[in-house]
Amino acid sequence: MTTDSRLNSKAPQGAIEDKWNNYKADVKLVNPNNKRKFKVIVVGTGLAGASAAATLAELGYQVDAFTFHDSPRRAHSIAAQGGINAAKNYRGDGDSVHRLFYDTVKGGDFRSRESNVHRLAEVSVNIIDQMVAQGVPFAREYGGLLDNRSFGGAQVSRTFYARGQTGQQLLLGAYQQLARQIGLGGVRLFNRTELVDVVVIDGRASGIVVRDLMTGEISSHSAHAVVLATGGYGNVFFLSTNAMACNVTATWRAHRKGAFFANPCYTQIHPTCIPQSDESQSKLTLMSESLRNDGRVWVPKKQNETRPIDQIPEEDRDYYLERLYPSFGNLAPRDISSRAAKRAVDDGRGVGPLKNGVYLDFSDSINRLGKDVVAERYGNLFEMYERIAGENPYEVPMRIYPASHYTMGGLWVDYELMTTIPGLYAAGEANFSDHGANRLGASALMQGLADGYFVLPYTIGNYLAPMLNQGTPDTNHPEFKKAEEDARNRFQGYLNIKGSRSPDWFHRKFGKIIWDYCGMERTAEGLQKALSDLEPLYEEFKTDLRVTGDGESMNQTLEKAGRVDDFIQLGMLMCRDALDRNESCGGHFRAEYQTDDGEAQRDDDNFCHVAAWEWTGDPMKAIRNVEDLNYETVHLATRSYK
Amino acid sequence: MSNHLNDITLKIWRQAGPNERGRFETYLIDQISDEASFLEMLDILNERLITEGREPVTFDHDCREGICGTCSLMINGQAHGPQKSTATCQLHMRKFQSGDQIVIEPWRASAFPIIKDLMVNRSAFDRIIEAGGFITAPTGGAPDANLIPIPKPVSDAAMDSAECIGCGACVAACPNGAANLFTAAKISHLNLLPQGQAERYSRVEAMVETMDDYFGSCTNHGECEAACPKSISIDVIALMNKDYRKAKFKNRKTSARAD
Repeated sequence: MTTDSRLNSKAPQGAIEDKWNNYKADVKLVNPNNKRKFKVIVVGTGLAGASAAATLAELGYQVDAFTFHDSPRRAHSIAAQGGINAAKNYRGDGDSVHRLFYDTVKGGDFRSRESNVHRLAEVSVNIIDQMVAQGVPFAREYGGLLDNRSFGGAQVSRTFYARGQTGQQLLLGAYQQLARQIGLGGVRLFNRTELVDVVVIDGRASGIVVRDLMTGEISSHSAHAVVLATGGYGNVFFLSTNAMACNVTATWRAHRKGAFFANPCYTQIHPTCIPQSDESQSKLTLMSESLRNDGRVWVPKKQNETRPIDQIPEEDRDYYLERLYPSFGNLAPRDISSRAAKRAVDDGRGVGPLKNGVYLDFSDSINRLGKDVVAERYGNLFEMYERIAGENPYEVPMRIYPASHYTMGGLWVDYELMTTIPGLYAAGEANFSDHGANRLGASALMQGLADGYFVLPYTIGNYLAPMLNQGTPDTNHPEFKKAEEDARNRFQGYLNIKGSRSPDWFHRKFGKIIWDYCGMERTAEGLQKALSDLEPLYEEFKTDLRVTGDGESMNQTLEKAGRVDDFIQLGMLMCRDALDRNESCGGHFRAEYQTDDGEAQRDDDNFCHVAAWEWTGDPMKAIRNVEDLNYETVHLATRSYK
Repeated sequence: MSNHLNDITLKIWRQAGPNERGRFETYLIDQISDEASFLEMLDILNERLITEGREPVTFDHDCREGICGTCSLMINGQAHGPQKSTATCQLHMRKFQSGDQIVIEPWRASAFPIIKDLMVNRSAFDRIIEAGGFITAPTGGAPDANLIPIPKPVSDAAMDSAECIGCGACVAACPNGAANLFTAAKISHLNLLPQGQAERYSRVEAMVETMDDYFGSCTNHGECEAACPKSISIDVIALMNKDYRKAKFKNRKTSARAD
């Protein structure tokens, strides 16, 4: 395979540790007085979007920020619990930028781009400094210095945390910095406003078309550059740990306008979520991976165990992660832990009323450390578990099971985070670049803030500098008018179908297909079945959808219809991507490609590349383009956590 | 195994738009699993309404993990319902019984105008944060994080306040529609920390006065603390008041010197 010419990563020259410095030394700059002549649109106000919007405004650019929430502070980054990695080596336990880089490449099963990952590890240390300066109350030692804990896939303690609410505290930090810029007039905020299209004029991203969720009004906004920081697509499965409103629309609409969509089949199934309790459930809840620091995962050794938990003696319990992966134990990476849980449950050794979970048991830690220490570390998580599951985890082990949580795939971006559309950038979970085929815990917060604070503010200037004194594109341009018209027709179209099924009915139905055939374990046969089921379901969506109400006022059913439409199309692309990747790597596990002991078997000769899909008008006929991954620093190795 | 609740009467506030007249509508619900969350119960009702060709109930919600602060329901007169320290989305039907009548209203406060049904506009909260709820620390110039040691009790107290999810239950529960708990939680978070000292008094003055532009006054009812899903203590209001009083003197002196 050779890299498609449109997929030039533009990674700078030099040794891996020099690339980012070399880039910054050569990058074009915009004079401080000229920055105000440029307008940048930022869509999404999570960690990546808020930090980018705030920093770009501080630099002097005019920024318009868009969120479909009522306030920027609601973005789903807020729900991240466990922590954020940084190569500070405050514990003196052997951490370094290189080790964080290596762990991330290995954790991603050697399917990420080396240059991007190294930069991520480099700027990780700046993130902690920045967030502390902004007042993020990270956990501390009694001496007043910052505390750390460990996370999956690492043998050092490099994770900074704020109780079980690290995402909340980091997002509020970034939100406050954004709020300051809104107050100063550097950022104009458009809340309850959803992107419905991206506009490209003469090959450059020129703006967006949005829908005001309160009035249904469709309008155009133009800018010199557009940043999409709109998160991932984990809700494609319907049941996931993502917030209810998380959706793929922004990146999917960009894809339809020419941005290549990379590795859509790389989805992360998080091992520690609360198992589904009944059929009507609409949302799954994550329990932080940090719990695996002190909780031990086990199932009964015997199938269909009927004894109550306190009557199952030690010798009849299978601490399967400790048994299979002794050197990482309960902190084995997410993809590996998830598959191990699935096997235990599939083997008839599941626990709980529906036999659909495994235990996460804290009794050893409570005996060793005392209840107070455990409460200090995880108190709020234990309370949350009790509220949802109705059981007290200080007394009864938690029950957990894997659920869709994060998507490593996303819009293809180069080293500058620019998509295949010049002037259109993707940041945070919306892009594909840093986590390969599997993301390590506490790395999503790191990547979102790295992109927004420390990468985009440099790389956007490099694009804008040559455009000095060119005004923003005219929103009366036919491309804007056409995009507005298309959006109006699309939303009116949903209302006109007047069928019999709600958007959620379709979402639940196709989400189940994707989960069954393109979830934790995939086969060519299953994926073909999924594709053949999805096409008629999409036809049914187009003819039997029912959206009540009108398009001129707040209408959550209509919003959902647009999002479900885009999710079905993405689902088709996911299955095609999974079908064409004839190997197992990270979160993409094809049952046909496994080692004798059931681990993922990569095929580096044929698949050490990024698959970047090109829109042709039909997701079933998208074209697969390739960017070769060249490992200059890291040696490709079989990933082992034994 | 889960049990089912039957014969539940929902009285839900319906209002077509900000300037329309609202009213209660009654719905009967059967066969709800006690494992279902309160919002899943509303999802089920909405699915039924769509199937019947009627408009579903509009309500704000998102993470359903009690952290984003989007959900905002007055349930039987209590902000976020009967369970202490619990946001609406974390409330489960096992807290109710067959035959119950449940009254569901939006947040009632003049600073939070109703958008539709149970959804309100809480942008006034953002205006308060924009006025001063931050530490000015432009990206890039921060010193090493461990250069500022912070005693653990101070850091923990800041974190206790920082847990606020901005849901607005404090305002909805307050007979005066005051936002003192929300505002004071942010002021307390930032004013307790060493990083927050430089702007301590300008912050409190700007935030309190912006708050007063939108919200009612605090008369120490304490309903806010009882309704707060994060159990934020009204002690933070005392700190805010103390700092505000100091600020009025200090800021006057500072501006006199600047002249």
